[in-house]
Amino acid sequence: MIILFTVTCLFALGLVFSVILYFVAQKFKVEEDPRIEQVEKLLPGANCGGCGNAGCRAFAERIVSAESMEGLFCPVGGNEVMNQIAEALGRTAVEGDAKVAVVRCSGSPDCRKRTSVYDGYASCKVMASLYKGDTDCSYGCLGLGDCASACEFGGVTMDPVRRLPIINTDICVGCGGCAEACPKGVIELRSRGLKERRVYVSCVNRDKGAVTRKACTVGCIGCGKCAKVCPFEAIKVEGNVAYIDFTKCRLCRKCVDECPTHAIAAVNFPPRPVPEKPVEQPKEEEQ
Amino acid sequence: MKSSTFPIGGIHPHEWKFAAESPIEDFPLPEEAAVSMAQHLGAPAEPVVAKGDKVLVGQVIGRATSFVSAPVHSPFSGTVKAVEPRADIAGNMVMHVVITVEGDEWLPEIDRTPDVPMEVRFSAEEIIAKIKDAGIVGLGGAAFPTHIKLSPQKKAECLIINGTECEPCLSSDDRIMREYPRQIIMGARLMMRALGTDTCYIGIEENKPEAIRALGDAAAYWPGLQVVVLRKKYPQGGEKQLIDAIIHRRVPSLGLPIDTGAVVQNVGTALAVYEAVQKNKPLIDNVFTLTGPTLEVHRNFRVRVGTPYSKILAFAGNLPDGPCKLISGGPLMGKAIANIEATTLKASSSLLIITGDMVPRNQEMTCIRCGKCVEACPMGLEPYLLNRLCRAGGRQDELEKERIYDCIECGCCQFTCPSYIPLLDMIRTGTAEVMKIMRSRPKK
Amino acid sequence: MDKLTISHSPHVHGRFSTRSLMKDVLIALVPAVIMAVAFYGWAALKLLVISVAGCVAIEYLIGRFLLKSPGSISDLSAVVTGVLLALNLPSSAPWWIPLVGAVLAIGVAKMTFGGIGQNLYNPALVARVFLLISFPVIMTNWTLTEPLVSCTIPWLQGQVDAFTGATPLGLVSEGLKSGIAVPEIMQQGQFTWQQLLLVSLGGSMGEVSSLALLLGFVYLLFRRVIRPTIPVVVVATVAVLTLIFSLINPARFTGPVFNIFTGGLLLGAIFMATDYVTSPMSFKGQVIYAVGIGAISVFIRYFGSYPEGVSFSILIMNSAVPLLNKYCKPRRFAGEVRNG
Repeated sequence: MIILFTVTCLFALGLVFSVILYFVAQKFKVEEDPRIEQVEKLLPGANCGGCGNAGCRAFAERIVSAESMEGLFCPVGGNEVMNQIAEALGRTAVEGDAKVAVVRCSGSPDCRKRTSVYDGYASCKVMASLYKGDTDCSYGCLGLGDCASACEFGGVTMDPVRRLPIINTDICVGCGGCAEACPKGVIELRSRGLKERRVYVSCVNRDKGAVTRKACTVGCIGCGKCAKVCPFEAIKVEGNVAYIDFTKCRLCRKCVDECPTHAIAAVNFPPRPVPEKPVEQPKEEEQ
Repeated sequence: MKSSTFPIGGIHPHEWKFAAESPIEDFPLPEEAAVSMAQHLGAPAEPVVAKGDKVLVGQVIGRATSFVSAPVHSPFSGTVKAVEPRADIAGNMVMHVVITVEGDEWLPEIDRTPDVPMEVRFSAEEIIAKIKDAGIVGLGGAAFPTHIKLSPQKKAECLIINGTECEPCLSSDDRIMREYPRQIIMGARLMMRALGTDTCYIGIEENKPEAIRALGDAAAYWPGLQVVVLRKKYPQGGEKQLIDAIIHRRVPSLGLPIDTGAVVQNVGTALAVYEAVQKNKPLIDNVFTLTGPTLEVHRNFRVRVGTPYSKILAFAGNLPDGPCKLISGGPLMGKAIANIEATTLKASSSLLIITGDMVPRNQEMTCIRCGKCVEACPMGLEPYLLNRLCRAGGRQDELEKERIYDCIECGCCQFTCPSYIPLLDMIRTGTAEVMKIMRSRPKK
Repeated sequence: MDKLTISHSPHVHGRFSTRSLMKDVLIALVPAVIMAVAFYGWAALKLLVISVAGCVAIEYLIGRFLLKSPGSISDLSAVVTGVLLALNLPSSAPWWIPLVGAVLAIGVAKMTFGGIGQNLYNPALVARVFLLISFPVIMTNWTLTEPLVSCTIPWLQGQVDAFTGATPLGLVSEGLKSGIAVPEIMQQGQFTWQQLLLVSLGGSMGEVSSLALLLGFVYLLFRRVIRPTIPVVVVATVAVLTLIFSLINPARFTGPVFNIFTGGLLLGAIFMATDYVTSPMSFKGQVIYAVGIGAISVFIRYFGSYPEGVSFSILIMNSAVPLLNKYCKPRRFAGEVRNG
């Protein structure tokens, strides 16, 4: 008898609640464009914010509400995913450029002497708010790895010997999380380049040449030799530091040989038959 | 008078006032000096001299560029060697005027006689103009231009002279109170005139009996001035804490001291105001303590602005091998010096040398939620919580709700934390982020 | 002179460290431990040693092999837990009881939550309550073990002679169940002031002497290890509530003095409720927490089936601590925020 009573009670309760739930669900139903869901499913779901939106959902909403695909690009999914989305929405995708994070500093301890001991919380952000850094270069990498902890994909690790970040280009999706985390602005997003080949100035020091030279042996001293030798006018020297515009660079590597401090890095090129000068290649880019 | 103090939080660090008994000595002139153009809060001054120019002591070498700015005067006579960016104590590049020192020739209008004229000869506007032209900034540490603080938006009810010097080790304020009491009182009277108030409290902590006596005697001649003895507690010298301790009013969050009707000035500033108004001497030197808990040398110098720290360090004698930390300011709020070739500023008050075991921080451990930081915080914040939110990242809205912007960076929380957590390191970066967001918000 | 060291301010540190705080708590516990060993003899010492060794060993083993982190035993927190656990046991307990307790306290209540600073409940109390529920007979066997000091002091001898195998609270509870009024029980029990303040036999090892516990409290206050808020408010709450109840019905409810100085109230209020990790941060939160402990203790004593309820009430209030920390903010310096 008791069992019967219990079962009846529970059944009745269940019925009442299900009816209530049904009506509540009806009342508070949110009308939503079904395409948002569809687009979100196509996106990689990393929620990295590399597209400039709060996450994949926000990006999907923006894509659906946007008129064209101009300026919308998911760095994680790349052109493949963007093409799929465009197809699903009946639009044409705008070809985006796959980017990769590049560390523009080669100042390992053997080229850049440590001149003081930092003894605070191990974060570049905290250190940068205190002083220029524990070397005489006030622009370069501080080596405490804010970039590594910012990377959502585990693509950045710190080299304990060189005290510089190593970017695993296989993992890097170019979301720019590390670049944003770096208080010194040492990390730049650059085009992956033809066959993953890249030439860039691995230094951001804006001090005058003599000061830079004193602080670091592989710093850019702003001499401008590279800019003179560049046949494509891709190199500009501004504020005592050279910058190679990757949209103009044709990867000829003339500047690499010209640079007196070997501050220009060329990565993923096949070894040359007769090397004229030993060219320092930052380890982090070797695959 | 019954001694009082501020009611919330605070700590009792060691006093370490080793240099309190050393009289003020003149520091020898260096051969070369570099005078920074960014000595104050606000826009840096603009150099008005060029390489090769001859300068005299007291001559303007940097011009104020905006309202919140102050001119810079040459503390030395000699030749301008260069006008170039040089590294400050943190290693950041700042425009400096480098002077090769030749002799010690002063501008003729500066009165260098020892008399102390005690009559107020100027109107409020004239006093403020003289203070502005003399390039006086707050010598309590923040280096806020004094003429702005003396022209508040609201009517000031009282002037508070800060002689607490609550930081351990420092004793320059104690020394000037003992050696120049009449000058300080005169400076205070000039500022009272400038503010149009007839009340002035001089807050001094009870561990400086001689300063209390000297200033008490000097103040007794004049109506409206009163020495208030305060119980020893750090951070009594904080503007908000001092106002609370003396007139029992609280500065609102994001407000200014003038919201309570009080204007706070340091004793050093009062002395500088006296010198500027009565003696026509711009702010070119300050009293400077050279000390350290493990040092044998403890001295007070009158140091000209622009003197390299390395010259002062030479007076400390041989430093032991091992870790060493040089601090400009006190051990609780001072800045570590990364570049000893950097030069002193108007608001520099000490060179503190810490050596040996006291230098490295202890290994950070897990928070045991003891609540000692909450107990110690003079602003009634919860440092443990702020630390956690700062580390989590991206929690700025919660940090704002927890009023992280109220933090005065006194360091009480980190001082008292039994787990050696760098609470203030985290809170500082958190505050910077929150303030950035708050500033970017449109005003209501 | 080496390279300069650079860090943010502050550049000096106060005298507190986790280890020094725990050391002070241990020193404050010394009087209570001495009393326990003096009046319960080697049996007490044996339990104490096993308990401390057990707690430290388990913390070490878990840290070393499960968490694989540098051990946290050097901070002495495991030792404190061990001593507190032992003081919460009857001296007649067998040797394995503190070992089981250590596994529960450190293994379950502390390390599962992530070690020191992370646990929600007071480890020693979790162990005590678990043992009390699982082994009720052992945990309430108040048989006197042989003391180290001879009981020649008259009032002490009287206590030993009159000992009936129950704590004062137990006596009251039993008496009320069999329909005897409180004043009569008091007369039968012959509770003297010496018993209440100096030495009271029967009960957990830490409850021997209220005076020893108070001595520890004074030391903790003097060293600024704890603030007086929590213990004082707990005791005050108990005093006020018991006074009201005993005035309403003196035949049914015991009075304030009896309630404060018997059982584990002082031990709990001074050493357990003030545990840093499991108590609130702000003054307001601490007051609410302490009032809760006092009130729940009184209600369990008066109306519960257990004669004693301090452990339960502390654990119950422990679970309210995260909420108290969230909603009871310390008094901010400035009441108002200026717009701008």
